Amino acid sequence: MSSVVDKQPAVPDAARLPAAFKKRPKHPATRAYGLFRVLALVIIVLTFLAPLVWMVLSSLKTNVDIYDPTAAFVFSPTLQNYETVFGQASYLQYIFNSFWIGIWATVLSMILGVPAAYSMSRFVMKKSAAVVLMARIIPGVSLLVPWYFVFSNLGLVGGYSVLILSHMFVLLPLFVYIMMSFFDSLPLELEEQGQVDGLTPIGAFLRIALPLSVPGIATASILSFIFSWNNFMFALVLSGSSTKTLPVAIFDFVAYASIDWGGLMAAAVIITVPIMVIALFTQKYIVSGLTAGATKG
Amino acid sequence: MSTGSPQNDRPTKGALDSFSHWANKHRKWVLAAPAMIFTALLIAFPLGWTLYLSLTDSSGSVRADSEFIGLENYGEVLTDFDRFWPAVGRTLYFTGGALAFEMALGMAIALLLWRPFRGEKWVRVAILLPLVATPVAVGMMWSLILDPNIGFANQALSWFGIPPQPWLAGQDTALTTLMFVDIWQWTPMVVLILLAGLTSLSDEPDEAARVDGASAWQRFWYVTFPLVMPVFITAILLRGIDALKTYDILYATKGKGGGSFHEVETLNVYAYGLSFDYNDYGMSSAVLIIFFMMIVGCIWLLTARKKRSNR
Repeated sequence: MSSVVDKQPAVPDAARLPAAFKKRPKHPATRAYGLFRVLALVIIVLTFLAPLVWMVLSSLKTNVDIYDPTAAFVFSPTLQNYETVFGQASYLQYIFNSFWIGIWATVLSMILGVPAAYSMSRFVMKKSAAVVLMARIIPGVSLLVPWYFVFSNLGLVGGYSVLILSHMFVLLPLFVYIMMSFFDSLPLELEEQGQVDGLTPIGAFLRIALPLSVPGIATASILSFIFSWNNFMFALVLSGSSTKTLPVAIFDFVAYASIDWGGLMAAAVIITVPIMVIALFTQKYIVSGLTAGATKG
Repeated sequence: MSTGSPQNDRPTKGALDSFSHWANKHRKWVLAAPAMIFTALLIAFPLGWTLYLSLTDSSGSVRADSEFIGLENYGEVLTDFDRFWPAVGRTLYFTGGALAFEMALGMAIALLLWRPFRGEKWVRVAILLPLVATPVAVGMMWSLILDPNIGFANQALSWFGIPPQPWLAGQDTALTTLMFVDIWQWTPMVVLILLAGLTSLSDEPDEAARVDGASAWQRFWYVTFPLVMPVFITAILLRGIDALKTYDILYATKGKGGGSFHEVETLNVYAYGLSFDYNDYGMSSAVLIIFFMMIVGCIWLLTARKKRSNR
């Protein structure tokens, strides 16, 4: 783009003026653009959904059908892969592990994170916030060796507590980040009014700010649970055979010699479907959580 | 107290009251302390330990005796053109490529979704699903789709007469293929952030430019884009940090060490391998400290740029 363009109007003044006075629709999208937009959106939706659909389709195929290109879309669906997955006695255990660790890590991050975020927002504790948010940028591997050493000395490796603690490393900064931007936008007047009416400052936090921040807490909790559910590296190192989470357990279907593609896809569906169902019902919260603070500039 | 909230100086009665008084007086730290202590114990202390390990020849077991060897590990790492520098190159290639595509595509899709339309809700759902899908499962899913022999990708290519591609199996193609898997999964994140930024803009500058006869491209490039720039940089920051640290899909598709020829071995994968496959803690800590400083450097550059565009 040459710099001439932005200095001079593209259209001479005489031609421009009448057009400006004419009453025009606010956003005159032309027919051609409308058509282009619909086409583009269809392509976008297909690109994002098709692989997921393929995963579900493959999970319903026998391994013979998976290897047969003519059976790409036309095949007789079977649940045998799911039977294989659940036939492994421990798979229900892994599902439970993922839920258990996700819920505890979320609840504990909430208990630690919400008051901290409140304090950091109200007292503008930029440096303390930066320290907590540092966790966001530290490569997880750099903590794993010291953790492994300390936790194995304490005899905790392979238990739930160490996994919950390690997931909190990811979830606590998330909670603090989301809740800080939430409290920043919560007007101070209500709490001041509460203090005038006899509440202590902490009482004002507990009885006024906290109830008002339920949407923010819901946002942060849902995202936290998803992040914990999806986390892989910490469980890879710190989990024992009975505390494996789903992302680690899925590797049971990958052997050196051969891969049980049907079972693998069924396991992948079992991991992703709960999270996608949660996401569908809480879409608004997830979007507001992921974009929290991003538009503050 | 910087908030200027009225202080409640009630007379103290009993232990509970005096505790409550004390807690309220120091509420700034009382509320923040648990999270700060957790951070110090689980993050700051281990990070310090890693820094210490990077100066020792610790290997085999952290419990085994190790000697303080100063900066020797760093010297060894920085002159390692066999594994370290290629890993740096791959990390930068993967992150740079993924970011470039994600930002460009993300901006384009966000602009398409900006103005309301019918069926908007469904498009947003489709965009949200890759984002929340478990990365390991996503890796597995793409390994099947991109399998050179039985994958749907090569089958689809054959309909257009294009010869089959090795995708993840190729020594030269694996990293680029994984870059596109990352783009598939994380472009939606950029879309959501940019869309939030676009929606918060006022219509007026765009309207004024339209009245002045600016073309759609001119309105975007000279009006909308500069206005959304701070959000754009935030999106680069958030996505860039995660892209640098990508691990799950690399492990899920290529296994340990980034494949048999280390073809997708990024810094994170390399450091993980040094720690847990070779148990060379000194070296891996040195790699991690360098990696960490690299991330901090990138963030510092970007925030400096953001401050400038905010002005």
